[in-house]
Amino acid sequence: MAERVAIKEGLFTWPSDNPELIGSRCQQCGETAFPAQPDCRACSSRETHAVGIGNRGTLWTWTIQSFMPKTPYLSDETPESFRPYGVGYVEMPCGVRVEARLHENTPDALEIGMEMELVIEPFRTADNGDQVMIFAFRRATEGAPT
Amino acid sequence: MSEVAIIGIGLHPFGRTADMNGMQQGAAAVRAALPDAGLEWQDMQFAYGGSQDGGNADSLVNELGLTGLQFTNIWNGCATGGSSLHAAYSAIKSGEYDIGAVVGFDKHPRGAFNPQPREWGLEDWYGETGLMLTTQFFAMKIQRYMHEHGIAREVLAKVAEKAFHNGSLTPHAWRQTPMPAEEIANSMMVSDPLTKYMFCSPAEGGAALIVCNADIARRFTQKPIYLKAAVVRTRYYGSFEVFSPSQAPAVAQAPTVTAARTAFELSGIGPEDVDVLQLQDTESGAEIMHMAENGFCEHGEQAHLIMNGHTRIDGNMPINTDGGCLANGEPVGASGLRQVYEICVQLRGEGGARQVPNDPKVGYTHVYGAPGLSGVTVLTT
Repeated sequence: MAERVAIKEGLFTWPSDNPELIGSRCQQCGETAFPAQPDCRACSSRETHAVGIGNRGTLWTWTIQSFMPKTPYLSDETPESFRPYGVGYVEMPCGVRVEARLHENTPDALEIGMEMELVIEPFRTADNGDQVMIFAFRRATEGAPT
Repeated sequence: MSEVAIIGIGLHPFGRTADMNGMQQGAAAVRAALPDAGLEWQDMQFAYGGSQDGGNADSLVNELGLTGLQFTNIWNGCATGGSSLHAAYSAIKSGEYDIGAVVGFDKHPRGAFNPQPREWGLEDWYGETGLMLTTQFFAMKIQRYMHEHGIAREVLAKVAEKAFHNGSLTPHAWRQTPMPAEEIANSMMVSDPLTKYMFCSPAEGGAALIVCNADIARRFTQKPIYLKAAVVRTRYYGSFEVFSPSQAPAVAQAPTVTAARTAFELSGIGPEDVDVLQLQDTESGAEIMHMAENGFCEHGEQAHLIMNGHTRIDGNMPINTDGGCLANGEPVGASGLRQVYEICVQLRGEGGARQVPNDPKVGYTHVYGAPGLSGVTVLTT
């Protein structure tokens, strides 16, 4: 039976009813990185540990990907079915800014500073039929928990 | 330590040359640079060269002659040309060699670059999900920059308009047709806020320089150009760079800022002394941001300078007099050396229709590229 599997283990909590992104925190200098990594880019220490960095943030900058990228892009789309997607950096509460696909794909729907929320969604079908899940962001719904 | 001079320059025109492979275009550039210095390949004691898609530069000896010289391949992303020149600069400054060649060439397929994540220390998911495009990065960087510094979209079109105008004055440029700013602004949106004609394209071409110990430069030319500084710097923790799945909470200067500062310190020359300059204009926004990052103005001053013509050939800060990357395209291995070629042409006073007036004496070049590195030079008559 087809399963819903993360595109890469350790990017976000999955499966989960309330998923969040997973980064790493340096035990020497306290800096946070995404995705999690064993080395600290700030101080060169090798002592880091995984840490949840949340599922809401604010949009720091954005653009729109209007053409279908060449490989290594790997989706189920064809040039005919390709739909432009937003790309942005979302500033998380810890300050780290995460690059992500955005649901909004028109300039009038995107504004620096807008509140964003994490979505875990299917991106393509793997050879074995599994649904490959990725993280993306969309405009936050009002009053949602943080 | 020895000073370094550029005594020969050569170019194989950028754009598309269907009947020549990349290496042949590199060889053509060397064959143009050697007679410019009154020298032959057999006179070269060393060479540095690089290419992204055109093959190993040291294989050029198969075309130019197997003379046994030290030939070292350089590959350093978009700063490949700048890094080759830096290596030659160091070889001469150290006193190890007196005369050598620097060459860059490339021949890229059409369309945007498609880098592989693993070659850049990144994981496959980053490329598979469509986040690893240089076009996106440049669009997002200028989007944020315009927001922070109040720069209007019309400035982006004005930069490209100037590039195509300068290209129309440059016999070897790829894009030689002027284009009004309105047409640039209204062309297809590629990556908001950047339209089709605000981006340069991967291309083909070759560029070569003959360099020597400055003490002997006048044996070969009446117009040596002195390479006062050549500096390459990589990104710092906290700077906003291409191919970054995330940015650090800390904010640091771009590598361009530190490369420029170091080059000005080494040369004892300041940005106010520069008469003609080349700034990496992978797209319109890059030229705007690089004006300030290199120290030629404050952040936010660019709109005034550009809209009032200061960056044109007849302005007081002429930028990319040959049309830059926008009008010449970007063969990665050759692009940084094309910049130096153009500054040498300007400082020799050989620019023809695109010559900067009033005998420019100090020039400057700057490349920036993946994965966050910058190469700059300071050049004088």
